[in-house]
Amino acid sequence: MNSAELFTKDTQAIVVGFQQNAIQRMLDFDYACGRTKPSVAAIVNPSRAGWHKAFFGAKETLLPMYRTLKDATAKHPKADVVVNFSSQRSAFPTTMEALDDPNIRTVAVIAEGVPERKARIMAAAAREKDKWIIGPATVGGVKAGCFKIGNTAGTIDNIVESKLHRPGSVGFVSKSGGLSNECYNIIARNSDGLYEGIAIGGDAYPGSTLLDHIMRYEQIPEVKMIAALGEIGGTEELKIVDALKAGKIKKPLVIWVTGTCSKMFPAGVQFGHAGAKADSALETADAKNSALREAGAIVPNSFDDYGDAIRTTYETLVQAGTIKPAADVPAPKFPQDYAQALKEGAIRKPASFICTVSNDKGEELFYSDMPISKVIGEDIGIGGVIGLLWFKRHLPKFATKYLETVLMLTADHGPAVSGAHNAIVTARAGKDIISSLVSGLLTIGPRFGGAIDGAAQNFKRAYTSKLTPEEFINDMKKRGENIPGIGHLVKSVTNPDMRVTQLKEYVFKNFPKTDLLRYALEVEALTTQKKGTLILNVDGCIGITFVDLLWSLPDLFTKEQADEIIDLGCLNALFVVGRSIGIFGHIFDQKRLAQPLWRVPYDDIAYMTEVK
Amino acid sequence: MAQCGIREYDAKRMLAAELPKYLGSGFGYEGKVALVGPDADYGALAKEHQWLAKERLVVKPDQLFGKRGKHGLLLIDADWNAAKKWIGERMNKQTTVGKVSGKLTHFLVEPFTKHDEDEELYVAIRDERENDVIYFSLKGGIFVEENWDKVIQIPVPILGDIDKIDIASKLSDAGKHRDQVASFIKALYRFYANNGFAYLEINPFTFDKEGNIVPLDLVAKVDDTAMFDCRKVWGDLEFPKAFGTTSSKEEEYVKYLDEQSGASLKLTILNPKGRVWTMVAGGGASVIYADTVCDLGFANELANYGEYSGDPSTELTYQYAKTVLDLMTREKNPKGKFLLIGGGIANFTDVAKTFTGIITALTEFKQKLVDNKVKIYVRRGGPNYKEGLAKMRKLGETLGVPIEVYGPETHMTKIVSLALKA
Repeated sequence: MNSAELFTKDTQAIVVGFQQNAIQRMLDFDYACGRTKPSVAAIVNPSRAGWHKAFFGAKETLLPMYRTLKDATAKHPKADVVVNFSSQRSAFPTTMEALDDPNIRTVAVIAEGVPERKARIMAAAAREKDKWIIGPATVGGVKAGCFKIGNTAGTIDNIVESKLHRPGSVGFVSKSGGLSNECYNIIARNSDGLYEGIAIGGDAYPGSTLLDHIMRYEQIPEVKMIAALGEIGGTEELKIVDALKAGKIKKPLVIWVTGTCSKMFPAGVQFGHAGAKADSALETADAKNSALREAGAIVPNSFDDYGDAIRTTYETLVQAGTIKPAADVPAPKFPQDYAQALKEGAIRKPASFICTVSNDKGEELFYSDMPISKVIGEDIGIGGVIGLLWFKRHLPKFATKYLETVLMLTADHGPAVSGAHNAIVTARAGKDIISSLVSGLLTIGPRFGGAIDGAAQNFKRAYTSKLTPEEFINDMKKRGENIPGIGHLVKSVTNPDMRVTQLKEYVFKNFPKTDLLRYALEVEALTTQKKGTLILNVDGCIGITFVDLLWSLPDLFTKEQADEIIDLGCLNALFVVGRSIGIFGHIFDQKRLAQPLWRVPYDDIAYMTEVK
Repeated sequence: MAQCGIREYDAKRMLAAELPKYLGSGFGYEGKVALVGPDADYGALAKEHQWLAKERLVVKPDQLFGKRGKHGLLLIDADWNAAKKWIGERMNKQTTVGKVSGKLTHFLVEPFTKHDEDEELYVAIRDERENDVIYFSLKGGIFVEENWDKVIQIPVPILGDIDKIDIASKLSDAGKHRDQVASFIKALYRFYANNGFAYLEINPFTFDKEGNIVPLDLVAKVDDTAMFDCRKVWGDLEFPKAFGTTSSKEEEYVKYLDEQSGASLKLTILNPKGRVWTMVAGGGASVIYADTVCDLGFANELANYGEYSGDPSTELTYQYAKTVLDLMTREKNPKGKFLLIGGGIANFTDVAKTFTGIITALTEFKQKLVDNKVKIYVRRGGPNYKEGLAKMRKLGETLGVPIEVYGPETHMTKIVSLALKA
């Protein structure tokens, strides 16, 4: 390879920094150029090693990812370019590391705000090793049809539009990355296109200079003419003047130095680039433009005429036979990027999921139709949140308070019940809190905790089908089932469960409708005649009053919607939410107490295997 | 984001704190410096700097301009009361220094060092691409420029080592001070290179009666991008604007936005009454738009220079656009105004996203834009530009002022002539 060439169609780079968009844009460019191999050999991502999946054309490909540059260069010795996306802080050490690596010849440094001294050290180190730095503070550059650094030249449609997928005859260099892209477009419209374009970056001390790249283009036979953009500030362009005068630049050079407006401004306006400030008369754009013109460069009258100057120069070279215009090559058909197409409204697709309870897509998170700020601001409580997320309704205060009361009531029932017990055993087996919680929750069902749901279902069915309390009791007996929600181990008519007493009190005082509770109390009056402990227990009371709650809000829930809520299992859900609080308490308790693995003692198991 | 001048006070403060690290006890300069600002509490200052009341003093403005003696802005060999009176007579007064006129707001007070005029030495260090260059002369002070041929230049390669350079042998004329000055220069160089300095000039420095080196006048610039490395030494370092330049609230606000984000936002107001306002994307493109406005003869109508780049968020672009629109609609002009929303073909800035921010701001200023007879010209390319341009065109249907929208098929600066030649 001609040593003036930094990139070929086989060049591979190591990208430092997990810049997914930039990597994809490099691969898109590769595909458009008809490269068979992606230009990204590997990615350096300090926080994760492994693989990164990216598109190569319509298909996907895997790019290896390493934690350190050393790993990456060792595994990919043929990659000789580093595209360094490290931050302002780490750009220097990573670039120096790359320069030290014998495999690496070119480092593009993207970061802005690299301290000038560090930039100078990097530049000097590169020169000493006969290596190249492009940047810092640059988007990079592109060699048409071969290789593209990072985000240079933007999206694929622009690349094809500016004919960057195949080489032309013009070598280009500028400070500005944004303007480079603009100029690729201008070059494509006024010549057979770009051969290579480099943005050296807007800082005061770029790692390689305008002149460095101009001299490189001078040595590349395929580059027939050179276009450059200079800028106010610094004396870099004056070195080009010297080179022109010394006859070192033989190819036609079209150049324009921007910042001619500065003479109209108060002294010392700092333009957008760090290096763009004239500190002496020699550094003004006008001085540099006229010096370049005198030295033989083709300098237009303004940037407006830059394209024309390129066209005239190009056409002269074509007429002289120096340039045989490069043929237009159609770019391969490119699958449109899905996200892009969707954004443009060019495609549609049925969604795989629907969500009607919350929305995190806008500026603010919404629970149902209520922004989270209002949820907090209006202090709607956990009951209000349940109303929004489970029922998509704004529940009145009496209802949210009821739900919160239920959560408090169901939060715990001691360590002996199956849920807490299982969680305790799991926690003692050294499992994490989620496993412990789940092992407890998994016991909730028909026998444990399920009475709430059962009571709601059965009492509602009996009441709505107009069974008398006696008929209901007989009906359950015929089915051979206990009535869910009736009966307690110790509590009785004479020794009432305070939880039930309080809940009943709240409901009678606050609920507009208490039909099912009254019905249940009629049933209880009969069952307690048989046995004092056959009272309406707390589970039953919750299940039944929950139905009354739904029936109390006819404006919010139709009968059908109320039935649906019960059928969906909302009562079990309420129990699970409440009880999770208590179960966590037991898990933390066991862990705090560092309780050892539990093993059931032999005397708790009746071994009754038959011995022959 | 570039080289910034700092106050002599700060440079001397750092010098006194840091140089002993390189020179050990060989550096007797104590860094007795006090900065008197517009809100200074003299009592508190005198308490903090006990020497103020005891020693003879030198007072001079500390606002990034030199030749203070020549401009009659130097008080020498005064006591604290005289110093206070002298400052009081000048504080917040409009003063002309050379061609620039501005308010004096900061004064440096330090002990007066009696010395002979021929004991004024010159040292400076500046950056070149491949070297730091140390300049030294025995003929310092006001004589250095006329004796520039006597200035010794010592280049230190950027990858070189100051210890490998025999400074002393280059100072053969320095007589009895030779070794002391040589080690001072070495230490000064280290101080310069290790602490983000981009320019440092001590002109002159001299020797007190104990023979210690004392910097008399000092000018320094630092590279503010080195902040992350130098925070400890710099401390709460201020970057004052050049004398005579004041920045408006809006410019300060944009600077604040710029510092808060990884994107770049710049705003300089050139002429608040100007009729041509720009809102251009890109550090390079923005300069060309300003050039083109001037080329067309509208330099005196160009109201601002500015740019946004580096893929700023919608919100940030909105804040930026709002600031510009607010400024441009403050004072009506019967001839109407132009707003150029320009830019090249972006590499990675999302045009739809940034335009959404600009559109929000334009919509908010709808009535004011109508009242000010604003005509808007848009030219842009890059990621999602079709969507961005379509949004702009759509806005044109309802905004009530004309908007012309162009994409990459139109030359970047074409909208300038379209607007201004119409």
